[in-house]
Amino acid sequence: MKPGRFDATVLTIGFAFLYIPILILVIYSFNASKLVTVWGGFSTQWYQQMWHNEALMDAAWVTIRVAVLSASIGTVLGTLAALALVRFVRIPARMLFSAMIYAPLVMPEVITGLSLLLLFVAVGVDRGFWTVVIAHTTFTMCYVAIVVQSRLVTFDRSLEEAALDLGCPPVKTFFAITLPLIMPAVVAGWMLAFTLSLDDLVIASFTTGPGATTLPIKIYSQVRLGVTPEINAACTLLIGIVTIGVIIASVATKRREYQRQRDEHLATTAA
Amino acid sequence: MAKSLGPVKRKFTPWTDPGAQPFIRFENITKRFGNFVAVDNLTLDIYEKEFFSLLGPSGCGKTTLMRMLAGFEEPTEGRILLQGKDISGVPPYRRPTNMMFQSYALFPHMSVEKNIAFGLEQDKLPKGEIETRVQEMLKLVKLEQFARRKPSQLSGGQRQRVALARSLAKRPKVLLLDEPLGALDRKLREETQFELMDIQHTLGLTFLIVTHDQEEAMTVSDRIAVMDKGIIVQVATPAEIYEAPNSRYVADFIGDINLVEGKVVSTSAAAGQAGRLALDCDGLKVAVEQECPALAGNTVAFAIRPEKVRISLDTPAQTDVNAVRGEVWDIGYLGDFSLFLVRTEDGRVLRAAQANVSRLVDRPITFGDQVWLHWSADAGLVLTR
Repeated sequence: MKPGRFDATVLTIGFAFLYIPILILVIYSFNASKLVTVWGGFSTQWYQQMWHNEALMDAAWVTIRVAVLSASIGTVLGTLAALALVRFVRIPARMLFSAMIYAPLVMPEVITGLSLLLLFVAVGVDRGFWTVVIAHTTFTMCYVAIVVQSRLVTFDRSLEEAALDLGCPPVKTFFAITLPLIMPAVVAGWMLAFTLSLDDLVIASFTTGPGATTLPIKIYSQVRLGVTPEINAACTLLIGIVTIGVIIASVATKRREYQRQRDEHLATTAA
Repeated sequence: MAKSLGPVKRKFTPWTDPGAQPFIRFENITKRFGNFVAVDNLTLDIYEKEFFSLLGPSGCGKTTLMRMLAGFEEPTEGRILLQGKDISGVPPYRRPTNMMFQSYALFPHMSVEKNIAFGLEQDKLPKGEIETRVQEMLKLVKLEQFARRKPSQLSGGQRQRVALARSLAKRPKVLLLDEPLGALDRKLREETQFELMDIQHTLGLTFLIVTHDQEEAMTVSDRIAVMDKGIIVQVATPAEIYEAPNSRYVADFIGDINLVEGKVVSTSAAAGQAGRLALDCDGLKVAVEQECPALAGNTVAFAIRPEKVRISLDTPAQTDVNAVRGEVWDIGYLGDFSLFLVRTEDGRVLRAAQANVSRLVDRPITFGDQVWLHWSADAGLVLTR
């Protein structure tokens, strides 16, 4: 079928709907005027101002630390959970536990946030940086577990058996054979966990305390006082970071695909 | 490829020596998975330097038996002795056995030489020695120029060789091979079978191979155990299994055979002694010379291999016994052999194979011909099981 005018139109409208708001946000971050809706010429002053806005930079720093920490802890716990589910749980029980891992994903964030808040209050923990890290770990762990689990289900267990058979004890086998082979899934899980933590507003606002304001919370509270182009600049920077990440990931995938094709070619000409 | 031939294969029959110690002994082994009995009270001895096959259809328990020897499964009951020592409870990474997996299980993130070196590194051998051994193994399987390739950069046959080299590198006391040649094409498979025998002979190791391919088992093994539903039906040399199967199951599983149900009319000797049995198979009179297993009146099966049935257009000398008339119903031309399916006058279909010894025959037997099938009294076999 030839792509008709209709298809092109639908596609354009769809993408416009997706990207025009983001584009406007980016364009206005370079606005010389202080008014968000009036174009006053090109300028990068808001980026400089953002850079010197200590509160904003602090929030960004907190966010990144929370994201790295919770993504890392969540990846370790999630990978272990996935391993336990796939390896040591019998099929009927596995269905139940898998469902229980999915549940936090579909649970409204407000409920997750509130329940964690109640927990922290009940236990008597002072809310702050670490409570946000714990809260983020609990839900990012589930995402990691799901990503890693789907890889482990198709993992050829005879590889591990071969390692054991060759004299490699189980724990060493995990680090020498299993982990390197599931690494792409583990890294993907970490990236997912990192971005989820990075942009979480609801759970963070329930579980944070004084001195641990994350960037989404900061932006949200500033916007309530009126949008400044500074916020646009911060958002543009965030978009830039995420875009670069996506590009790196897709290039890596492409290269792996190319490598695979080259290997196959070598294999067929090897005989 | 020019191949240097080793010394002529020696006669090797330790199982006939009552004083010989078995190298591996499965002693009353039972393995249950839930309610399913995979291996059922099985006892089996395997001798040092033997090339032993476990043969059977899928689900007969042969792979389970091998996995118990490797240590991946523990027997529910019974014990496994290796050189007289009970190895129950010894984890797979401490057993002196190595396994070549059906899927090869090569580590995809390691090069060929790393794969082969893996087992040696676990033993913490000095670096130089590992290197020498890896080179030795690469040479053995003729893959020297592929040492730095990844498994994904190899063809199926080369992967199979890497898997073999890896499992041999530690010089295990027993090498376990799980359907090792299943993924190769016919020509390569036959070549590799002979190479496997050479390697086993050169290194003097005990090989235990699991296969469902009877031709493969016949070619490579000193002895074969034919398995069915968790038990061993017969353990014998390939020739014995083929020429003297002990049951309908083994006769039918190995090669092509005519099985005709009948009744024992008379025996010329007591049970267990050599003699002549007369059978009546619904009108077909059969005489068999063998050890008399069954008493008169018992229902038995008369079994005869197609190549032992003669087919001719002329009437044979004797027509009242071990002979039947029929019509050629179908012919399978196999090149070296032609297989004739003959419908006898009493409605049976019997198979007769004839070697195609000369290229041109004056009057070949063809479809619809009236022929005689006949055989000598020592060609067939009476089976009671």
